[in-house]
Order: sequence, then C-alpha cells, then structure tokens
Amino acid sequence: MELLRFATAGSVDDGKSTLIGRLLYDSKQIFEDTLEALEHSTKLRGEEGMNLALLTDGLRAEREQGITIDVAYRYFATPRRKFIIADTPGHVQYTRNMVTGASTADLALILVDARNGIVEQSRRHAFLASLLGVPHLVLCVNKMDLVDYDQAVFERIKNEFRDFAAKLDVRDLTFVPVSALRGDNVVERSANTPWYEGSSLLHQLEEVHIASDRNLIDCRFPVQYVIRPRDDRFHDYRGYAGQVASGTYKVGDDVVVLPSGFTSTIASIDTADGPVEEAVPPMSVTIRLTDELDVSRGDMISRPNNRPREGQDVDAMLCWFSDRTRLQAGGKYALKHTSKWARALVKDLHYRLDVNTLSRDESAEGLALNEIGRVTLRTTQPLFYDDYRRNRATGSFILVDEATNDTLAAGMIL
Amino acid sequence: MHRLISHLDALEAESMHLLREFAAEFERPVLLFSGGKDSVVMLHLAKKAFWPAKLPFPVMHIDTGHNFPEVLEFRDSAVERLDVNLVVASVQESIDRGRVAEDTTPGASRNRLQTTTLLDAIEEHGFDAVMGGARRDEEKARAKERFFSFRDEFGQWDPKNQRPEVWSIYNGRHRKGEHIRVFPLSNWTELDIWQYIADENIELPTIYFAHRRDVFRRDGMLMAVTEFLQAGENEEVFEATVRYRTVGDATCTAAVESIAVEIDDVIAEVAASRITERGATRADDKFSEAAMEDRKREGYF
Repeated sequence: MELLRFATAGSVDDGKSTLIGRLLYDSKQIFEDTLEALEHSTKLRGEEGMNLALLTDGLRAEREQGITIDVAYRYFATPRRKFIIADTPGHVQYTRNMVTGASTADLALILVDARNGIVEQSRRHAFLASLLGVPHLVLCVNKMDLVDYDQAVFERIKNEFRDFAAKLDVRDLTFVPVSALRGDNVVERSANTPWYEGSSLLHQLEEVHIASDRNLIDCRFPVQYVIRPRDDRFHDYRGYAGQVASGTYKVGDDVVVLPSGFTSTIASIDTADGPVEEAVPPMSVTIRLTDELDVSRGDMISRPNNRPREGQDVDAMLCWFSDRTRLQAGGKYALKHTSKWARALVKDLHYRLDVNTLSRDESAEGLALNEIGRVTLRTTQPLFYDDYRRNRATGSFILVDEATNDTLAAGMIL
Repeated sequence: MHRLISHLDALEAESMHLLREFAAEFERPVLLFSGGKDSVVMLHLAKKAFWPAKLPFPVMHIDTGHNFPEVLEFRDSAVERLDVNLVVASVQESIDRGRVAEDTTPGASRNRLQTTTLLDAIEEHGFDAVMGGARRDEEKARAKERFFSFRDEFGQWDPKNQRPEVWSIYNGRHRKGEHIRVFPLSNWTELDIWQYIADENIELPTIYFAHRRDVFRRDGMLMAVTEFLQAGENEEVFEATVRYRTVGDATCTAAVESIAVEIDDVIAEVAASRITERGATRADDKFSEAAMEDRKREGYF
C-alpha cells in the first residue's frame, strides 16, 4: 500500500473540518469513543449535534477560542492507500502552518465556499502550495448544496482559479464540486452533479500518480551518521548511514564525496535485513565504499558527472516564522541544510512578496511573521544544494536564532 | 520501473532518519523503553538504524513499581540480547525520597507521578534528548506534537509556542538544562504498528495476546487483579479471556476481551475495532478532555 501525504487549507468556515470529518468517518477512521467524546464536548459548549471541528482542534486554547492554532495530523486508510493529512488552519496569521504542512505534502487540497468563490486566502494557499513545490493541487468547491449544485457557479470559480494558477508553478491542478456536509462527490460521485465528469475526491486521492514525483535522476545522499562497530565481527566495517534524498544508487556506481571531491565506488548498500542492489528515495540505507575515505556527517555522496551546485552564496525565498524578531539584512543565523549546520549572513533582502497580489516590494527593510521575501545569504562553509524546484530535499533549509534556538525561517533555494 | 515503496517502508525509512538525527545531534540521548509494543518497535528500529553497530545510546525505563511481571521479564531479556545499557528510574524511589507523594485514594494510580521521576532522571543523568514511541494518532494533544519537541528547563511543553517543523530538517538546538523529546513513530497508527510487528516478526510481551486472567469491571473497563490492584467491595471478580492493547501501569491499564492468540488475529481485531486504544484501556486519559495535554505540559511522555 502506498502512502500519500496531503495538506488541507481553507478559510474560516469553508467546511474543512467537516470535509476531513467526512473522509475519516466514511473510511471508518473515527472511533466510537472519539465520537462519544465529541458529542460530549459539543454539548459542553451548548451546541447541538456534533461539532466536527473539535475532532481536529486538540488543544485547550483551540477549544476555548474556537480556532485552530496549529497543524494537526490525521490518519486514515482505504484498501488502496494510507493517508496522512496535515490539517492547516486557515487564519491569515498562520501562514507558517500552511508552509509546515505543505513542505512534506504530495498534494494540497484547497477548499473554497461555493457561495464566496475565490477569496484572498484561496490565492494565498495556492501560492504557498506552489512555492513549497507541492506536485498536485486539488481545489474543492464546497457547499455546492447551498448553490443548488449549479454548474455555472462551479465553472466560474474554476476559471477564475485557473487564471490565477497560471501565474504560479502548478504542475497538476484538478477541481471537484463537493458538499462535505451532505457527502456529495466526497467518497462517491453524486447524482446531484450529473454535469461533473471527474471522479470523487477520495477516488482522486487514491489514484493520483505520485511515484514519478520522486527525483530518481540526481544522486544526492547526505551522510547522517558514520557506522563503525569496532567489534571482532565487523572490525573494519565503515558505513555511511543516511536517507536517499534523490537519485538511484546502485552497487558498483562511481561516486564522489563532497566536499572532499574524492571519488570511489559503491561496494555495497547495506540494511539490517541484508544488502540491497539499489537504493531510491526515501529509503534509509548504509552505503559502503571501496576506498577508505574521510567521510563524516554533513558530507554528501553524489555522482561525478551529476553533482549538486556548490557555494557559499545562495539565493533563496524565505518564509519568516517568528513574531519575536524580524529578518533584516546583516542578520546572522544558524542554518541547517540536509544533515549539515552552518552559519549564514543575510547579505541582501531583494524584495518582500505580497502573496495576495504577487507584487514585489523592493523597498522592504525586513520580514515579519508570515512574510515572504527573496534574500541572498553568505554561509560560513560551502553548501551542496540544488534548486528547490528540482529537489525539495537539497533545495531547502531552515534558519535558527543563535541565541534562543527558535526556528525562524524556511528557505527555498532558487 | 522502480518498485513502489509501501507505506510501512516509507514509515520505517522516516523513523530511521529520525533515529540517526537523534544519535548525531545530541551529546547524551536516551531511548525510553517500557516494554510496551511501541517502545519494542522503537528498539527494533534503533537496532536496524545502526546495524551492524550497537545502539549508540542507553535505554531508560520509568518504573512505576506497578508492572506486569511478563513485561519486566521481557524488558530484561530484550536489553540483554541487544547488549545495551539500561537505566531504571523508579517512581518508588521518588516517593521514598519525598519528591512526590503517593495518592492512596481508591482508584489512584502512579501514572502522573512518573513525570517527576522522568524529569529527575533526565537531570541526574544529564540527558539532553529523550526519545519515545508516542504516536499522533493516539490522542488529540499528541496530534499536535513535533518530531523534535522542545522542553524548557522545567521539562515543560508549550503547545502554543512550538518550533515550526518543515521538511525533514529537525532543529535540536537547546541550551543547557533544556532538552528535546524525539518521536520517530509520530506518523504511525496502531494498525501500522501491528502490521509492522507481524512483517518483521518482532517478539512482544505475552500479555498482548489472549490469555485467561482474573479481572473486574471498573468504569466500564476490565482491570486485572494484581498485587497492586484489588477489586472494590462492589466489584465482582471473574475470569475472562483478555489481551492488552497498551501496556502501562497495572493500576490504570485495562484489558480488552479477546480471543486473539496469534498476531494475525490481533491485526484483524485492531482493524475491526471501533474504539481507540487509549479510550479502551487507559483510565488516565479519562479525567478531562485535555488530560493528556495537561500532563504533557508538565513534562509527561
């Protein structure tokens, strides 16, 4: 069974929680005691029936304020796939949650209310999904029951969104008219929308082709840990443990170790279950080389004729996460890229992006919470990286406050 | 064409990535081990992540003193087989030293007291990272947890102020006295755990499988009669065929009626079950709708 990770985003009252509740409920993933607790909590609030939002709002503060503060992860499975939902809150101020959820997602599901159409937040969510390189985007036009399942409403929203998405880098975009409350086109195709020729939302989630989203070309293996047992049985064993970021590694392949630049050959690809002939993402394996080289954590095993870019000057889009401090040119931060830590100096802030209009403010002097901008960084040591568009694993980094250790920003290398 | 990666392969690879980050980023990491199925899976994954080397960190058991004997036995043999260091932090010792007071009212458990014992042990041994087998599907506060979760110098979790966690780039930086909790099984569900146990042929304590036992009903749950827990006056003791879905303190962990003697029977039961494992078997989560959040804020697992 394959694993699909998807992020959901919508504005307040778009019915996102109801939709998730529906997916979980119809795939029998809500348990009786959870339902009981839900009914109880709903009643405590003096509300009727069942407030499905309370299913995802797990924190006391969220329940008290009736808002979702943080990404919640939900799990369900059908006979075809296992799903991980990163449910991201729709409030304007919580862009960072959308970035968090989208960063690992294969697919982003954006909800709009059929009565309201595309709103500022829908555009923001679509932009963030595209910025984070989410390969598949599904726009769910919800509450179709409240517009009498009118095809014209659906088509108008679809066209408007498609025009906007044309400005973004969206590889695969589909549209589904649904009513989360009534279940139309969620699990089964609905008789109320005979004009809709696509498949139900669940069917799309089960069928969307994700295996080829992996980059199997560019060999990038960040070394996480050097395994040296030093016991009698494995006296000379020296293996480099890590997770394949991209590419296909085979026994006998010529490789180059960066930053040293030494070349060698893959002697074996080990796992505790025995050696394997090849390793592809996202496998965690241990690579042994035919030569004794000095390789340590933070190094990268790549191919001599297909190397990552190398350098200390990096251009990137940054999404700023902190409300305690602002990004400013001249700022110094700790930076983590793959399994490597370095220090980074912000040499230049080129512009701040308005994510609603996509216009650039070149006079911006800083980035505050949830703001996105383009920067040039200088790092203390060379990074081995790729364009984020081509490689999410080697094109991404985080910035960390050197004093408080807070995670301040997510970076996508250009 | 490359073979498809199954969901269990993907979860295993993710967990191994986390285990290696955990071992590499910290000076004194420790793995929590209770003998429960999730921690048994953790230990198995740790063995695989560093093979053929031994585990590069010790394991720690927070011992409430209210153990099922089968689980203690299992713990000791597992630790011996892997040749790892075991640290036992004892709730009884915390009580004897006056760090915590035992609640002696009927129905009380030592569950909450474990937090003090855990935090004291972290301080005493200077651990800067503590790895546990908690899963996001277990409970709604846990659904909000990070893989690398920051704890301040009091061991507190601040759910409203968590570090954003993007991609699989984990920030384990902290100051002296603070520590990080690491949860490599975050994305696993109960069913994933059982399927993995079956696929990998992982040995478990026998109480996870159906057996005969003296029990009584309390708050709708089946509690075992042990040296630590007796039936009350109005509670009738009877023999039943049961198994455990979770393993914790014997005074607050309930059994479920089951005839599942083989792992495949257990998987079939879990797949068909309409009640969550904590809801079915944990009296400690029934206090309030935020019981887990409150305990976690104080430093609980």
